[in-house]
Amino acid sequence: MNRVPTELTKVQELIYELKIHDVMCRDVITVAPDLSMYELKDVLRVKRISGVPVVLDGALVGMISMENLILALERGELSATVGEKMTRNVRAVQAQESVVSAVNLFARLGYGRFPVVDEQGSLVGILTKGDIVRGLLRQLEGQWHDEEIKRYRASHIFEDIESDQTALLLRYRVDPKDFVRGGEASSKIKRALERLGAQPGLIRRVAVATYEAEINIMIHSVGGELIAELSPERMRISAVDNGPGIPDVEQALRPGFSTAPDWIRELGFGAGMGLVNIKRCADEMALTSEVGVGTRLVITFTLSDDESEGR
Amino acid sequence: MLVRELVSSLDLQIAAGEGSLDKSVSGGYASDLLSCVMAGANEGNVWVTLQAHPNVVAVAGLRELACVIVTEGAQPDQETLERANETGLPLLLTSESTYRIVGRLTALGVE
Repeated sequence: MNRVPTELTKVQELIYELKIHDVMCRDVITVAPDLSMYELKDVLRVKRISGVPVVLDGALVGMISMENLILALERGELSATVGEKMTRNVRAVQAQESVVSAVNLFARLGYGRFPVVDEQGSLVGILTKGDIVRGLLRQLEGQWHDEEIKRYRASHIFEDIESDQTALLLRYRVDPKDFVRGGEASSKIKRALERLGAQPGLIRRVAVATYEAEINIMIHSVGGELIAELSPERMRISAVDNGPGIPDVEQALRPGFSTAPDWIRELGFGAGMGLVNIKRCADEMALTSEVGVGTRLVITFTLSDDESEGR
Repeated sequence: MLVRELVSSLDLQIAAGEGSLDKSVSGGYASDLLSCVMAGANEGNVWVTLQAHPNVVAVAGLRELACVIVTEGAQPDQETLERANETGLPLLLTSESTYRIVGRLTALGVE
């Protein structure tokens, strides 16, 4: 889409938001006024910098740059001191001001660098145009990274993969009476939905329904499977087991009715509200069973446009 | 109100989830039947129950509860403690009854 204008504005925004102390270089190399230009040449060369603040007894007294050095070289005045050749009226910038003031100064005065002072006037850093660019890039990089993570969460599976229909299928084995692992499959399904960027409301409903279905398999059956099928239009949870089957489905759906044995009730199960809870959370629920064969519970959640986009 | 404040006000013993005491408490729910908690508790609630087995941790995680107060001096087993620590769920113990704890929670303003 129209991304370029957005990015330009972002940079402009950042220039106003960022403060000079956010982007400046804090390791300031300084020289004393009594240093010779000859020695300054080595400082600039070794440190690979183009200018240095001149400090006397902790106070900023001037700036000496490559230009000053070249002039001195031309005139054969390398034995002169920094103090003699430096620029005295130093324009400094304030650490707590926004980067935009520095950008304006760079444009107006054409200098390569500015010393940065704090509110008390002490030298706290140095600022070049390169520092500003680096600072902006760092900020943009951080924001881009966050954006990437957010976008990744939102069902790329459905957007980027071309097909007539795409669905995500998750299967979990549920073992009978394995109460220590009770809720494991539902927790994993919940985490999968979070990863895909589903709406919190939907995640809550799916978590409750899946848990009840999983626990039912565990309490009442000889073992079975939870199958979660996610497609852009809907989420379907199928809880399928291999027996013993429900003799009276109508009765099973009644609130408060439970066939859970006492020792299971003592754990807090068997309130007889499992299927009721599922019905309340889901958009559709279908329970079919055959004694001696098994039971199939299909729970469907229709996704609204917001939910399916994962936004 | 934070879970941490409940611990000190109600003199609860921290059995697990010690690193997660700075969660905010949104209200409370008391029941020993897991389905009722699944249906009736809300995110950030403190759950008061005498159940102390691993499923308590699973339910608390699925409903994103702030903490569980285990009453009547019930002792969670090792598996439960491990699960609670893994998922960052504060498991707080008391020898008081559920009725007594709920009363004290209401007095503290936990609705």
